[in-house]
Amino acid sequence: MKIGFEIHQQLDTNKLFCNCPSVLREDKPDIVLKRRLRPTQSELGEIDKAALQEFLKGKGFIYEAYQETTCLVEMDEEPPHMPNEEAISTALEVALLLNANPVEEIHFMRKLVIDGSNTSGFQRTAIIAQNGKLETPEGVVGIPMICLEEEAARKTGEEGMNVIFRLDRLGIPLVEITTSPDIRTPQQAREVAKKIGELLRATGKVKRGIGTIRQDINISIEGGARVEIKGVQELNQIPIIVENEAMRQQRLIKTSAELRKKNPKRDLSFKIVDVTKVFSNTSSKIINAQLNRGGRVLALKLKGFKGTMGSLACSTPGKKSTNEVAQKKLGPEFAQYARVVAGVKGIFHSDELPGYGISEEEVRKIEDILKLEEDDGFVLVAEKKEKAKKALKAVFKRARMAFDGVPEETRVANPDGTTSYMRPLPGAARMYPETDIPPIVVTEKVLEKIRSSLPELYEEKIQRYIREYSLSGELAAQMVKSDRSLLFEKIIGKTTASPTIVANTLLGTMKDLKREGIAVENVTDERLIEIFSLVADNRIAKEAIPEIIIFLSHHPNATLNEARESLGISSFKENEIEELIDKIIKEKESFIKERGLAAEKPLMGLIMSKVRGKIDGKTVNKILKMKLENFLNA
Amino acid sequence: MYRGKAKELLQDISPGDRIRIKKGSATYEGILMPRSELGDDQHIVIKLDNGYNIGIEITGASIERIAERESTKKPKIKVKKTVGKDKVTILGTGGTIASKIDYKTGAVHPSFSTEEIINAIPELGDLAELKTKLLFNILSENMTPEYWKKIAEEVANELNSGASGVVIAHGTDTLSYTSAALSFMLKNLYKPVVLVGSQRSSDRPSSDAHLNLISSVKVACSEIGEVVVVMHESSSDVSCLIHRGTRVRKMHSSRRDAFKSINSRPIGRINGKLEIFQTFRKRREKEKVEADTRLNENIALLKIYPGISSEILDYYIDKFDGLVLEGTGLGHAPESLINSVERAKEIGKPIVMTTQTLYGRVDMKVYSTGRKLLARGVIPGGDMLPEVAYVKLMHVLGVAEDLNEVKTLMITNLAGELSERTLYFA
Repeated sequence: MKIGFEIHQQLDTNKLFCNCPSVLREDKPDIVLKRRLRPTQSELGEIDKAALQEFLKGKGFIYEAYQETTCLVEMDEEPPHMPNEEAISTALEVALLLNANPVEEIHFMRKLVIDGSNTSGFQRTAIIAQNGKLETPEGVVGIPMICLEEEAARKTGEEGMNVIFRLDRLGIPLVEITTSPDIRTPQQAREVAKKIGELLRATGKVKRGIGTIRQDINISIEGGARVEIKGVQELNQIPIIVENEAMRQQRLIKTSAELRKKNPKRDLSFKIVDVTKVFSNTSSKIINAQLNRGGRVLALKLKGFKGTMGSLACSTPGKKSTNEVAQKKLGPEFAQYARVVAGVKGIFHSDELPGYGISEEEVRKIEDILKLEEDDGFVLVAEKKEKAKKALKAVFKRARMAFDGVPEETRVANPDGTTSYMRPLPGAARMYPETDIPPIVVTEKVLEKIRSSLPELYEEKIQRYIREYSLSGELAAQMVKSDRSLLFEKIIGKTTASPTIVANTLLGTMKDLKREGIAVENVTDERLIEIFSLVADNRIAKEAIPEIIIFLSHHPNATLNEARESLGISSFKENEIEELIDKIIKEKESFIKERGLAAEKPLMGLIMSKVRGKIDGKTVNKILKMKLENFLNA
Repeated sequence: MYRGKAKELLQDISPGDRIRIKKGSATYEGILMPRSELGDDQHIVIKLDNGYNIGIEITGASIERIAERESTKKPKIKVKKTVGKDKVTILGTGGTIASKIDYKTGAVHPSFSTEEIINAIPELGDLAELKTKLLFNILSENMTPEYWKKIAEEVANELNSGASGVVIAHGTDTLSYTSAALSFMLKNLYKPVVLVGSQRSSDRPSSDAHLNLISSVKVACSEIGEVVVVMHESSSDVSCLIHRGTRVRKMHSSRRDAFKSINSRPIGRINGKLEIFQTFRKRREKEKVEADTRLNENIALLKIYPGISSEILDYYIDKFDGLVLEGTGLGHAPESLINSVERAKEIGKPIVMTTQTLYGRVDMKVYSTGRKLLARGVIPGGDMLPEVAYVKLMHVLGVAEDLNEVKTLMITNLAGELSERTLYFA
């Protein structure tokens, strides 16, 4: 098995070619543009015919934008500005962390993309470095290329012939890391993706959250073909997806052998037969619904395909069937092709019929009409005639590929770890220079500056937290991977509070409170530093931290003294607590005499109920123990 | 192109050749690419096999050629020729309305043959029987009155030999100067003469060139017998406006809808079909157009600004045969220039006043400075655009017999450049 990655990570800077903020918005856009993208001709005068057809039919794009957060650059109404310097230096930083060689001069290219996701019709992209490598326990993985490119616009819908895109995402800088197909096992794949992800986050300059990092996986097995899987969101999904894909490729290889035996001449012809009349009295709801809408039922004979398509539930791609046979075969592949190419909901194939309300008699009639022999199968599509034809054409195309095993294709990851067909693997990218941006020289001086301040990698940092701050291994790892480690170090640097308390507050308390809907973001970093210096001086007990944070979330302008006053947290001095303990020992004299040292626990509870939050329990306990012993010894 | 040290190192290796560069332990292989004019002489650019370009610093590098440039055979493109439709001639002056990209080398080549244009924009073939002719290939900022004359003569030629209309592909920077010049030079014009350009180059899928050109050919087949400019109406690829050639101005440096009609409604809009907003001169088939290319090119256009010195104006008055001022507000210039203006009158040099507000007309009787300028013979430019007045003065000085006639012609509407009434446009 050969596995490789393309990892795309958004950077947390302004946009790559203009000074717009990289923010996604859900409010109503105040600019709407309608555009078209005409396929351009190559040197030989060639134009992508399918794309030209779509264009001539009127395919267009609606772009949504915002006056405040997008500008003419995203709208392709102004040439790109010089690339964001922070984005370039971050990309170089990533390159150095991956032991890659930065290029000596960066040249931005225009990579043709006419699906509308770029207003210009191309994506701007540049190689930043080459020949990097990543060490993993299972061997070195090559990083042939690290690119810096602009993020595409995001699709927000469709409207007739138009696809709607929002320009808020267009132009956010993306670092693209390509690995060699050196990865051999599903677990190693997860490890590589995890390591690269951690390394990216270690720079502190990447965006975090859903959709800000995307992994495309390339997989091929012996005798299979390269399949690209897009849209993998979760690390834990990676090994599952890889295994599923390997299994799928194995099944397809086996099926192809079976097909070549049953139909050695690969005798397939694209002859569509209208079998609507068979269904004049059908009890199939799906077919009836289509016929009522003016649809037809078209059939395609597939010589030698009987038993290769599987049974049950094949028409719902992405849905994992409970039936082992069903997932094994070509049925889902056909259905996915038909759905993607023609937009039909599903297909029926002979291996799953009778079924879906289609009777045995109806099946027999179709077999007669199509003149099926023993090993033959067929596919039905019920839809408007043109759509059904298009769907069967896609099925036919896929059926022919089945003789050769695994077709090269781009697939999309489903949440359950399976994948569905998305489109053929893109051919070599059509690229030409972005002449609006002059070449950018990467000087040794710039590299030296980046080298001298390379971030600590996760592993190193975790070890340091354990060593310097005595955090537990688990807490240290959590802290390093969170986005609050900078704040953590700042607090530790400015106060003498216990690092474990600080880490627990930042990772636990704050998170829990936020989950409860408390606006903890109102508590500024400076406030937190203040709180922890009081904790360090024993003027606030650690037990009172949550209450104070809640109070400050609700009253962002209140001072810390005001918070303590209104929460009744006065600073308990040690002599005050001593007085209190003396008083209680006196009150409970008989009880203590009766229980001896065992009275400590109940007494502690009693005292804490009076002082909780005002003084740290440990201090109370220390004093209580001492006084109790003195009392009993006296 | 390569220069200095890089050129020395490359010797006879030229862009397009496949090369290998060795530098220390690194080896690079790819196709040598041309060098940007903004680049230094310390780097060599190659296109890697994955399509990306990178620059390699030449210190310590050795270069060998692995293979000569591959020659691409250009196949002959065949397109269906339309017959029996309107004949439209497309004249090229520079820039591109269609182009081809050589993805091997990254070079962008303009396409201008009729076949190439129809291949790139097949819809054009359904609109008219096209003929293309490349007159010259210059950037629009390098346009001169000499080129205007050439275009005018060529347009007259084409129209008089049976074309229904002419489309002129033109760079956008000075497009409106050319449209004004043609408006004055083409006498007895009763057929459409359409100037068109693009704000996004045609190698891009997002280019506005295609819609602009398709719309232009439609206008060239229409009933509008005037010089017009056809460009995007908005930032969307939906419609184009038809602007009168003497009323249009480029009002944005980069947007698709940069061209606006000033002090006038556009003549109409092309949005699939033709919509008309105001009166125009109607097509007449039998008329013969004449290109009157007499121009006095020794004219200048001067913008008035606070602190402008009279020396500057004096220089202009001595050097040129006529002068258009782009005054402030209603058509004013500082008091300090009055003596110079007086001198221009004495030596018989016409000065025309327009306004740098662009919108609105000059009115020099309202304030005393205006009145003083009027009294010294300054010709009020009405609601003419300054650039249009500049081109008109060239034309008028080329054709008029004397200064009186110059004055009369300058305040007379010759080609839709002037109007008596200032309309309110919401």
